[in-house]
Amino acid sequence: MFEQIIYYIFAGLLIFSASMVITVRNPVMAALFLVLSFFSSAAIWLLLEAEFLAIALVLVYVGAVMVLFLFVVMMLDVNLAPLREGFARYLPVGVTVAVLMMIAMGLVVSSSYFKSDEISAPVTLGPGYSNTTELGQALYTDYLYPFEIAGAILLVAIIAAISLTTRKPRSTKAQQPALQVQVRKEDRIKIIKMEAEKQ
Amino acid sequence: MMDLLRNFIIFPVTEILFPSSIQPYAVLTLETLAKIIAIIIPVMITVLYLTFAERKVIGYIQARIGPNRVGLFGFRLWGFGQPIADAVKLVLKEIVIPSGANKTLFIMAPILSIAPSLAAWAVIPFNDVMVLANINAGLLYILALTSLSVYGIIIAGWASNSKYAFLGAMRSAAQIVAYEIAMGFALVGVLIAAGSLNLGDIIQAQNGSVFHWFWLPLLPLVGVYFISGVAETNRAPFDVAEGESEIVAGFHVEYGGLAFSVFFLAEYANMILISMLTSIMFFGGWLSPFQGIPVLGASSMFWLFAKASFFLFMFLWFRATFPRYRYDQIMRLGWKVFIPITIVWLVVAAILVVTGIPPWFD
Repeated sequence: MFEQIIYYIFAGLLIFSASMVITVRNPVMAALFLVLSFFSSAAIWLLLEAEFLAIALVLVYVGAVMVLFLFVVMMLDVNLAPLREGFARYLPVGVTVAVLMMIAMGLVVSSSYFKSDEISAPVTLGPGYSNTTELGQALYTDYLYPFEIAGAILLVAIIAAISLTTRKPRSTKAQQPALQVQVRKEDRIKIIKMEAEKQ
Repeated sequence: MMDLLRNFIIFPVTEILFPSSIQPYAVLTLETLAKIIAIIIPVMITVLYLTFAERKVIGYIQARIGPNRVGLFGFRLWGFGQPIADAVKLVLKEIVIPSGANKTLFIMAPILSIAPSLAAWAVIPFNDVMVLANINAGLLYILALTSLSVYGIIIAGWASNSKYAFLGAMRSAAQIVAYEIAMGFALVGVLIAAGSLNLGDIIQAQNGSVFHWFWLPLLPLVGVYFISGVAETNRAPFDVAEGESEIVAGFHVEYGGLAFSVFFLAEYANMILISMLTSIMFFGGWLSPFQGIPVLGASSMFWLFAKASFFLFMFLWFRATFPRYRYDQIMRLGWKVFIPITIVWLVVAAILVVTGIPPWFD
């Protein structure tokens, strides 16, 4: 019962914050509501004894991705009026996409196709069960090659992103710390010894 | 102490107040609440006197005396009443909300900055039985919560509707994201060495003597972790988010009174947390440095506090010694120096563990 109350609190919070993300006017507030919805879903994962995934969600999405999101959103001077002009024009497309997504989700949930009612409820495991260990075991034994391939793809993506930003010839006046660190006293200061002119 | 509280206060009281079906939950809640209070109040008192220690230590380093006027009960006591006087002054001041500020976020920002720095204390083990939440993924929890402290700062900077505050927030966001990666990688080294994410197990893995502690096999990671911790808490020489000579006071320029003091509390609570974590991860936590000797060798939480105090002194020492970093050099240090060092040392640590090098990994 206790778990159910907690579940409904966080599920309600998740639905509330997710709908606020798309309805609130201010983009910074929208990003903050997205943070709240990540948090609530992490709490729901904790209830499922998936503590590694829950904490990783907070660490990666809330701690890093959303900080950069906020960073960008705060710097933008978003003028909201032109954004709302196209609402009626894009409405049919939006409704079509929404209906298609609802049909797809319905297919997943309805039992005749995916037999979701034959899957038993998750078993509650004792305090000795470590989700982190289980995940590590699965990732580094059964799924080692897919895991390594995913890692390699991510690495390629990182390098591609960096090389895209540095494609142009460097024209900024950024300082080069390597050169600055190498500077010695002799490069900058000339000590001239001279006699005193007056006694 | 906790047993006495449970048997003689919490059990009888909840038996009267709640029906028997929810009494266990009520006992659990009240017990946890009591433990939280038992952790938070000493932390707050430490913060109070850390500010005093900071002014005294920096004073003596700079050949001054520091605050020495405010005493207690009519005694001078080297200025021991100063932090209490400061706290009273801050509480009595008015909180001004600037015009054009986003009022909700302006008030929420200090709360968002102090909440993670207090919540992280939940998994800190004070000795082998005293820990509020002995969770398996304690290390990850710490990483997740320290990465949340940036929200208070960037929201404060944005909601203040002030250019200086906003600049401070932007600087802080970029800096914390950069140093968090180095910090996380340094902790990955610890987790490779200990083979566990549980903070208690990490301390147990360092059992032996001073040379069994992880500072020796993970020497570069100690430096990276502690320096990243200084950067993460926005302390000198990485305090460009405040940068009083360039952007007045940075992200909290518009805050006054109690709202400002909450930011202050969060910063100092974070400092204590980083010191505690450094001693837990690399310096054996509650383990005694003289293991094997009868009385001195007993592991106790006082060893943890002594180690943490040393690192807190380092924070103050840094502030009195180093000039503030230039911003591009902070970024360079984080991305181009610390992250490569940690990645290389992760490989070294993995080799040490796999080959079972004594005395740490045999």
